[in-house]
Amino acid sequence: MSRFLLPLIPVAVALIFWGMAAAERRAVGNVAHLGFFRRNGAALSVYLLGAVGLWILLLIVLPQLYMVEFSFRPRLPPSEMGGPKDAYTLANYSYLIFGRPGDPEGYNKLHLGIFLRTIVASIFVTMLNFAICYPIAFFMAKVAKGGQMRLMVLALIVPFWVNEILRAFAFRILFSSSGVFNTLLLASGLVDAPVDFLRSDIALYAGLSYAYLLLMIFPLYNAIEAMDSNQIEAARDLGAPWWHIHLFVVMPYAKPGIAAGCTMVFMLTAGALAAPQVLGGPSSLWFTQVVYNWFYQAFNWNLGAAYAFALLIACIIFVMVVLRLFKVSLGEIAR
Amino acid sequence: MSADVELDHVTIAFGNFIAVNDASLKINNGEFFSFLGPSGCGKTTILRTVSGFLEPTKGAVRIGGRDMSGIGPNKRPTALIFQNLALFPLMTVAENIAYGLRVRGMGRTERRRKAEHLLNMIALSDQGGKMVAELSGGQKQRVAIARALAVEPQVLLLDEPLSALDLKLRQHMRNELRAIQQRVGITFIYITHDQGEALTMSDRIAVMNEGVIQQVGDAKSIYDRPATSFVASFVGENNSLIGKVVQVDGAYAQIKTQMGNVTGRNLQDIRIGESAVAFIRPEKLTQHAAANQNRLQTTVKSIAFEGNLSHVYLVGPGHRHLTMTVGRETPLPEAGADIGLHAAIDDTLILPMGKLASGETGQ
Repeated sequence: MSRFLLPLIPVAVALIFWGMAAAERRAVGNVAHLGFFRRNGAALSVYLLGAVGLWILLLIVLPQLYMVEFSFRPRLPPSEMGGPKDAYTLANYSYLIFGRPGDPEGYNKLHLGIFLRTIVASIFVTMLNFAICYPIAFFMAKVAKGGQMRLMVLALIVPFWVNEILRAFAFRILFSSSGVFNTLLLASGLVDAPVDFLRSDIALYAGLSYAYLLLMIFPLYNAIEAMDSNQIEAARDLGAPWWHIHLFVVMPYAKPGIAAGCTMVFMLTAGALAAPQVLGGPSSLWFTQVVYNWFYQAFNWNLGAAYAFALLIACIIFVMVVLRLFKVSLGEIAR
Repeated sequence: MSADVELDHVTIAFGNFIAVNDASLKINNGEFFSFLGPSGCGKTTILRTVSGFLEPTKGAVRIGGRDMSGIGPNKRPTALIFQNLALFPLMTVAENIAYGLRVRGMGRTERRRKAEHLLNMIALSDQGGKMVAELSGGQKQRVAIARALAVEPQVLLLDEPLSALDLKLRQHMRNELRAIQQRVGITFIYITHDQGEALTMSDRIAVMNEGVIQQVGDAKSIYDRPATSFVASFVGENNSLIGKVVQVDGAYAQIKTQMGNVTGRNLQDIRIGESAVAFIRPEKLTQHAAANQNRLQTTVKSIAFEGNLSHVYLVGPGHRHLTMTVGRETPLPEAGADIGLHAAIDDTLILPMGKLASGETGQ
């Protein structure tokens, strides 16, 4: 019985809150000027803060801390857990850099290679994404009329209703040796033999670029849309060619949006799993696949956690450095 | 090189809407020329066409004798000052001014030298390193002018650039704009709905309404000899009396109005039987009778004292509202008093019936 009642609880809570908000609107009118505690009353305020706090703590902070803790401990059989060998160590991290102790190579060539390739490829994908999205975002923000604009937003959003894995497989079909592109290329006589898009990672980059398209377009759109169109006309009137206007008038203005879009796309690309699993060439791994394998193939969660955090930290450092280079603050991105 | 701007039968349509209808005029090199009209009269459309953001649907725009069709705004010898100025917020004042020079590939030192020269001219010589947001409204105004002048245009186009300023600053900027224009000696084309701006600054003015140029002339001739009833009612205050022409006698015509027959100068060769409007400026109405005058019987409604002068609001037969403006030395009538007003027939103008500026007591 409780199995059926349980899903009803969130619905009931949502209804109660909705009713309370409606009652408040009727009784007080606009409440935006009231303070949080005055508006909600002490009991409800404490509950709200507590609930949100617990949510963040239980569902976000604690699991992550657990993983951090995991990454600093050795993998041990259950019998030795809590025993003398169970001490904090950097061995998991040093494995990523130096490989197995006593390895003749001296460092973990394979995994470091994949690590670097993942970061560099993510940078490339991010730049490709920007190159694709900037013209679209600019068109939507400054050129498209109402109807056109709505049509474009729909055309951009609707494909993302399709499941990520399904989308990746669809790309695989497009790019496979007997896929749509190869059929077209062969039929047009441009190539004699099918191009191996999968082995050359073209399919992977295309899939990754498409996967996070919206996260690039919408921050860009927001930033460009907020700009006074007269500035573009003023630059044009002062003799600027179109590329100069984009490079020195529009892009500096849209810099926070560009930074927000690029940061999100870069982080998500570097951490993507579905697209690399489905579209990655047989000989090239994405770093997340290595992490995945540590967790689910080798059942070494400690090493997996260390790898995952190494990737996260590297990405954060890279993003911070780039933001500093382009003189964008985190606050501006959040705007 | 001469930079006459010539509109040759220019018509500009947006779909079915005709924004500018068959406009022809020639603006001389070095002239301060204003387009004056209510909002939506097509004056901004003309400006955007001269600057190259719009192409005329029919006709041609020529600058210095050269047909401008197909030449984009970045290739024309014009510079536009936007209503909201459109300064670049992320550039310093000096960078804003030098933007057009940077686009032209001028070197850094040369750019700085020129920007400094212009900063001097607009009396902001020590503010070049500031961001635009740190400047006051009037200073921003001057930066926008300097940015436009930096590219040494032959024609400067100004789209109501003073409308965002407060009254005092606006009056100050009028003098400043005029002074700058005389110093640089290039053609200024100025768009405004503020007749005060147009009358005080311009060498010549084109009054527009509903896409049609009503009259082109200097401030005096537009004020004293308006060509249409719209110009008469839009430029300056004017009393209007509507009626039918009953008599034409040489240079004069007489119309029959609700306030009796009124005689005035007939500049537009009006014929007997036509609908017409008689216009009398408030300052031309007096209480003193003399020869060759129209007489209007009215009742004083209220009096507005403005210091150096006073406005007397009156109402006549048929609820016609009139205004009389008198100087300090004239004794004011009492409110409620019935008085006879007089205006010389030479100060009365009979014009063919046409659209009057809204807000006027035409209907």
